[in-house]
Amino acid sequence: MTDRHNDQGRNAAWRQTLRDAMPAKERTAIPRTVMPQLDPAYRITTNEEVNQGLTAEQAVTEATRCLDCPTPTCIEGCPVNIAIPDFIKNIQRGEVLRAAAILKQTSALPAVCGRVCPQERQCESRCIYNKMKKEPVAIGYLERFAADRERAAGPAPVPADIVRNGIRVAVAGSGPAGLSFAGDMAKRGFDVDVFEALHEIGGVLKYGIPEFRLPNSVVDAELDNLRALGVKFHTNTVIGKTLSYDDLLNMGFKGIFVASGAGLPRFMGIPGENLSGVMSSNEYLTRINLMGAGRPGSATPVLKGRRVAVIGGGNTAMDSVRTARRMGAERAMIIYRRGLEEMPARVEEVHHAREEGVEFLTLCNPVRYEGDESGRVCRMYVQRMELGEPDASGRRSPVPIEGAVDEIEVDQVIVSVGVSPNPLIPDNIAGLNVTPRGTVAVDGNHCSSIPTIYAGGDIVRGGATVILAMGDGRQAAASMAEKLLENA
Amino acid sequence: MYRIVEKTHFSDKVVKLVVVAPEVAHARKPGHFVIVRCGESGERIPLTIADADERTGTITLVVQAVGDSTRAICALEAGDSLHDVVGPLGRATDIGLRDGTVLCCGGGVGVAPLLPIIKAFKQAGNRVVSVLAARNKDLIILQDEVAAYSDEVVIMTDDGSAGRKGLVTAGAEEVIQREHVAECVAIGPAVMMKFVALLTKKYDIPTICSLNTIMVDGTGMCGACRVTVGGKNRFVCVDGPEFDAHQVDFDEMMMRMRAYDKK
Repeated sequence: MTDRHNDQGRNAAWRQTLRDAMPAKERTAIPRTVMPQLDPAYRITTNEEVNQGLTAEQAVTEATRCLDCPTPTCIEGCPVNIAIPDFIKNIQRGEVLRAAAILKQTSALPAVCGRVCPQERQCESRCIYNKMKKEPVAIGYLERFAADRERAAGPAPVPADIVRNGIRVAVAGSGPAGLSFAGDMAKRGFDVDVFEALHEIGGVLKYGIPEFRLPNSVVDAELDNLRALGVKFHTNTVIGKTLSYDDLLNMGFKGIFVASGAGLPRFMGIPGENLSGVMSSNEYLTRINLMGAGRPGSATPVLKGRRVAVIGGGNTAMDSVRTARRMGAERAMIIYRRGLEEMPARVEEVHHAREEGVEFLTLCNPVRYEGDESGRVCRMYVQRMELGEPDASGRRSPVPIEGAVDEIEVDQVIVSVGVSPNPLIPDNIAGLNVTPRGTVAVDGNHCSSIPTIYAGGDIVRGGATVILAMGDGRQAAASMAEKLLENA
Repeated sequence: MYRIVEKTHFSDKVVKLVVVAPEVAHARKPGHFVIVRCGESGERIPLTIADADERTGTITLVVQAVGDSTRAICALEAGDSLHDVVGPLGRATDIGLRDGTVLCCGGGVGVAPLLPIIKAFKQAGNRVVSVLAARNKDLIILQDEVAAYSDEVVIMTDDGSAGRKGLVTAGAEEVIQREHVAECVAIGPAVMMKFVALLTKKYDIPTICSLNTIMVDGTGMCGACRVTVGGKNRFVCVDGPEFDAHQVDFDEMMMRMRAYDKK
């Protein structure tokens, strides 16, 4: 072990000193820090990021709250098992770049995950503070703090010890799974080419998650880091279409990672759903986030409804409804068939949406839409629901209240009820096995039915989180690298 | 960037562009389309591929100026570039030897995507009769190219300025009545495809149409292109662009295509 490693870990002398410096009782009396944020009245007039990030002082105070538990359960709550107390204690002692380096050992995109992970269901839900009936340590805020400070300090240094092995690997898709795979393979010395179907790199981080939640500059900084590692990006290239599997093999690629993401938006199949003014959240968000619709100079149009109903209760629904407010909707509504408690969206997004004047019509299920003479949606009917017995997902399932149907005036409806896997790659690569749900079937090493093809993220999971996609990318990189180097 | 090496005016509002896109030229098949962006802040719009030359790495696009974005594309000259071209997208046409005539009906710029299909059906050994229709003589495009791969070409114009006066359906019905038509392919404005479909339905002739709906990504992600086919929601970009014309809800499709019309 080198000296550098000796000062890491819970047993390092400095960690003991920090633990001894303040009694637990005193630490647990410190209230959880409050994220500085833009005023709601102002933020619905702009796309600026709502959460402004912790100050250094706030971060150190929050890091002090962490009790540095001997068996930290927060780590178990993290899908990629980030060494949480290690990075938090480094923030407390002022070694913020060290904290960022610890994050990067496990997470390729901490600045992204610090912003978009549902921490209240993951790491923070397992924090010891919950057992004391206190608010958990703000792990997500601290993760973001460390990553932002590192970014502000300039481009990440390219590790000097990378030995290029000359083996080419291709990545289909430049979202979180593809990017984390690309970074890890480049660090292992592989020549990495990332192929993206759209005209911009970043996948869902660009077309999906709005600027007010995840600024593009954060993503661009990560892309620059990858370019510095030698990763090559190609836009406008659909694997399976522009380049076939055989084309990739002929180009000399020895391994292919499919990270093409979730595809087809789901609709409910109710009358009037194809009226104009009814669209998927993917369409709405892509027009605005990727195409810049609504911004001066953009050629892409977008409908700007005055009364906008967003169907669904996930994060994409929250992104859509909050975007609608920013596009000038007087009435922006979430229509969700279960109750607030059952909503899958992050608590923070629901909270922010409420602050921004979004109305929540819970226990309401759309049953039909009606249009005006031009075919534009003008009203909808919702069936009121009540909660019955818990279903397979453990959530209480909604049952209709007979005869309770409400009419709501709307001029735009955004359907955000999930996605089905994109068939593009499975349909165009013979021999690539898919599950009955249409996702790419992989083994424990993320390897598909074709030994050279690995897959991860939503094309395997169907519809999950950034952190899980990223974790898939890292694990796939580890196992593909091992296999390719064995055969080399 | 995708350089334009050749530009030809078919009419005031219709141009033919030959664009350098080697990978697309290599991979494309009849029936495929591309998504194009004119400039850095351009809209993504779908265009069908009229032809391709793998040797020169070029594809041929035929564009009609109907909105701001298509006008901007039509204003480009040889030597200029398209900012983005992605494809080939969609499913390729099912080509094969049919038990009878293949009747290909093209309306307006719909003749452009029809041309590679005509070519492929001819090369597969079929008897191909093509009916090209437009409002007037100036709007008939690619007549010579179509003639080169058709056993017979029938021209129909609304005003009688070329070929015979009348709608595409009149020309098509004549062919249907005189010979055994095994399959019909109709590509053109939605209303034209709708009426060809009604005609061939009467004669029980399998008919495919190629739909050019509003799209954003063109890879199945946004659902802007969805149409009702046989009572089911289908995505033109990944399930199409070709569908059984007898099953398509053309009225709904036309209504949806007006969604972004300026009021």
